[in-house]
Amino acid sequence: MYKYDFVRQLDTKGGDRRQNVLHIDFTLLIILLVLCMTGLFVLYSASEQSLYYVKRQATFMLTGFAGMLIVAQFPVRFWERWAALFYASALIALAAVLFFGVEAKGATRWLNLGFARFQPSEIAKIAVPMMVSAYLSRRVIPPKLKHVAGALLIVAIPAFLIIRQPDLGTSILVFTSGFFVLFLAGLRKRYLAGAFFGVLAAAPLLWLYVMRDYQKQRVLTLLSPEDDKFGAGWNIIQSTTAIGSGGFSGKGWTEGTQSQLNFLPESHTDFIIAVLAEEFGLLGVIGLCTIYLLLVGYCMIIAINAQSQFARLMAGSISLTFFIYMFVNMSMVSGLLPVVGVPLPLVSYGGSAIVTLFFGFGILMAISSEPKRIGSWR
Amino acid sequence: MLRDNAISDPRQEQRVFSMRVMLSLCIVLGLTSIVLFRYFDLQINRHLDYVTNSNKNRIHIRSVAPTRGLIFDRHGQLLADNRPAFTLNIIPESAKDTDQLIARLDTLLSISEKDIARFKRREKRSKGFAPVPLKYNLTEQERAILAVNSHLLKGTEVSAQLMRFYPQRELLTHTLGYVGRINDREIKNIDPESYRGTDFIGKIGLEKYYEETLLGKVGTEQVETDARGRVMRVLGKRDPVSGSNLTVHIDSQLQRVALDALKDERGALVAIDVKTGGILSMVSTPSYDPNLFTSGISQKQYDGLLNSPDRPLFNRALRGQYPPGSTVKPLFGLIGLQHKVYDMDYSIYDPGYFFMEGIKRPWRDHNADQGGHGYGVDLAEAIIESCDVFFYTTGVKTGIDLLSKESALFGLGDVTGIDLPGEKRGIMPTRAWKKDNRRQDWFNGDTINMSIGQGFMLTTPLQLAVMSARIASRGKTVIPKLLKSIDGEDIAPEFAPDPIQYDDKYWDYIHQAMVDVVHSEKGTARGISQGISYKLAGKTGTAQVISIHEKDKYDSSKIDKSKWDHALFVAFAPADNPQIALGLIVENGEHGSRTAAPIARKVIDTYLASYTPSRMHNDASRLAKYSTAPTEDN
Repeated sequence: MYKYDFVRQLDTKGGDRRQNVLHIDFTLLIILLVLCMTGLFVLYSASEQSLYYVKRQATFMLTGFAGMLIVAQFPVRFWERWAALFYASALIALAAVLFFGVEAKGATRWLNLGFARFQPSEIAKIAVPMMVSAYLSRRVIPPKLKHVAGALLIVAIPAFLIIRQPDLGTSILVFTSGFFVLFLAGLRKRYLAGAFFGVLAAAPLLWLYVMRDYQKQRVLTLLSPEDDKFGAGWNIIQSTTAIGSGGFSGKGWTEGTQSQLNFLPESHTDFIIAVLAEEFGLLGVIGLCTIYLLLVGYCMIIAINAQSQFARLMAGSISLTFFIYMFVNMSMVSGLLPVVGVPLPLVSYGGSAIVTLFFGFGILMAISSEPKRIGSWR
Repeated sequence: MLRDNAISDPRQEQRVFSMRVMLSLCIVLGLTSIVLFRYFDLQINRHLDYVTNSNKNRIHIRSVAPTRGLIFDRHGQLLADNRPAFTLNIIPESAKDTDQLIARLDTLLSISEKDIARFKRREKRSKGFAPVPLKYNLTEQERAILAVNSHLLKGTEVSAQLMRFYPQRELLTHTLGYVGRINDREIKNIDPESYRGTDFIGKIGLEKYYEETLLGKVGTEQVETDARGRVMRVLGKRDPVSGSNLTVHIDSQLQRVALDALKDERGALVAIDVKTGGILSMVSTPSYDPNLFTSGISQKQYDGLLNSPDRPLFNRALRGQYPPGSTVKPLFGLIGLQHKVYDMDYSIYDPGYFFMEGIKRPWRDHNADQGGHGYGVDLAEAIIESCDVFFYTTGVKTGIDLLSKESALFGLGDVTGIDLPGEKRGIMPTRAWKKDNRRQDWFNGDTINMSIGQGFMLTTPLQLAVMSARIASRGKTVIPKLLKSIDGEDIAPEFAPDPIQYDDKYWDYIHQAMVDVVHSEKGTARGISQGISYKLAGKTGTAQVISIHEKDKYDSSKIDKSKWDHALFVAFAPADNPQIALGLIVENGEHGSRTAAPIARKVIDTYLASYTPSRMHNDASRLAKYSTAPTEDN
């Protein structure tokens, strides 16, 4: 890498100073701002038109933006260098949760630091792809079998710790974010096929030995929500009703009966997309998807233009993981996937998810602000 | 830096990576399309289904109870009213600490342990936002206290519901009846649709008989509710239709006089409008306040009423079955005359005893001790002085079959058809009746007992009133009715299908004999004739509660009052143009002449005093409308 130092100097002189000095990617910033404003707008309606949640969410977002800009100031190499330490602390925190965690709603996910509570699994969402990226960036392309095994081990340890909380949804997401790195690093097609069939083969085992009853129930509920109308099926019946009754252009902002009359559960958190779909109809859904796709697409461009293998892998993984959040959330609320606790990124109410997401975007911004090599396409 | 591999080719790395990103982008677009197609399917293809579901969720039909019809007496006096009853409710959601709130309320109003216990039970089942009743029937003073302290009582609410109220209280209880909360048995027999939103149903009396008319039609309100069932707004409504207002023939003033006269007795009185069959007064004593039952009577109060030896809950006028005693003598005499069993000149010798061929035991006359009524006792004298031996003699001549058949025309032995539930039939025995019920043949002795209204024969006070009305009107077969009009529309009087076609000379004869019961010197009810300004026709009666052996003398001082004879009286007036007829009984009142007759005089005095010519005119014109009435005689 050092052999490009000369080129970098040239680039610094003739390139875009704005990006280099402040490390701000304005395109990314604006897309995020639009997404956040849209989110707050829907949240106001989803939280029974109370400003309480909107104010808190706005505070989280402002904190997130500030955090993002701070993270963006660190050089990418900094993260690459300290990835192992970051990963190790995430593992220690995850292990600590199992012993000293705070229990809520039958799961132990929180760690009480005395002054604040936080979810170590949120750190894992960044630390795991970061560690895998750092690991694979120093290996040959495409990764050899032993490196694949190494990468999988890096992913499996935190995924296992998170499953024990239990939090299957986050565990799968963490695993996926690590797997994306492998995929982007050029994992051979035969391994991909192997992974695909491996998952298929593992599914019955997961069902029999890993999944808890309530998790199985969610899958069964997905298949026939009417079986337990007022119990497990309630959420999905109410959310599909909200979405379906929204029609093409929706019932109007704050006019959604399903959400305003409290038929829709979790309307300001995991199920907020149903509020948007009810009040703004298919048009609103397409609009939101457009913003998301713009964001994901732009992040992929950043990834392609990244200056190092680590940066590429990291950026690619963050964008794909972000997309997976959106995909899983919109699918589970509309009844395509079982209900797993995945929020709609930057729209659902919730502080820790926002902080994690902005941390990721901070790294993306740092990557996008790296001095460019001659010949990169932008 | 690079371990484990010979070369790191940045161009190769970037090329592979870019390919993978492109592949990812395709997957991203593919997955997004799947999601969007799912939303398209829900929002466009199946939009209408989900709109229906969403409306089913939020729109509910709520029932609005109709206002129950009012009941008035013939002069427009209100008998059954709907009054707002005020209830103190607590809304647990806004009260937060209900125990503390109740403690505070207790210092202001004193809340009973029972109220608190009931509140706790209901609070458990309540939805939090819905008011839970704590104390019913707040007085005006209690409401004032609550209003003054309202700033200290967050989470309380006073609500008003219309509750049935009987302003005349115990005056008409047995006749009007009352409404009460629908019980489990009733709920099976009613159309649930009609009773949505109503907790009350007529339990007895008129309230029960005219339940459908009084109830009205339930209204509906289309309301939007949230997921917990809280009503957010009213989207549309169909107003309920109030029940019809009823006017009854009852004359409250007359009723009051009758009730007061019978107040200290156990007894019953029924007064009928001779021309229409309208019930002017219907009393059963002791009475009680029906309002106890509308708001839910306490077990203690209920047990008190139920177990009282005077049986206040028992409607004697409608369901009390008593031997009619001598009150049937005019009727039996009339039957004998009409059917030529004997004529108006026929007379007997009464030694005080009557011997039946082949039977050792004689039948005593009530004045056997004075040596009977002597020679030349004809029908008139037998009625005036209530001679038993005359009726023993003629009864056997007339025979059970004729007496039964003809008495039925006068309303004895079957329900009269009054518009009240639960009427008793009484017993007008026949040969077949005895065979079925006693498994014995009919004996002449049975006829003899029956000929003075004893033996197997039983009548209700209502039947006695109907009998006197039919005698008074010379055979108009009026059917007793309480209902005079519905919402101002008059109800035509009803008449029994079989007419009574007796000769006028016999009617005249019997009417005169009954007038003489009161107005002649020897009449058994002569005691009530003092200062009377009209002709009152009547007949006293005494019904034995226990059989006295023929040798023994009835001596009230030697037996318990509950075994004393019942005193009865039937009457109508004015004799020349009868307006009112009545039948009454005073249980254990001993003598019809002394106990029962004065009450009849009071009631008839009151009625005729208020019976102004203008009202007579009204009645006449009203009657003219019913020209179809089968009135063969007159």
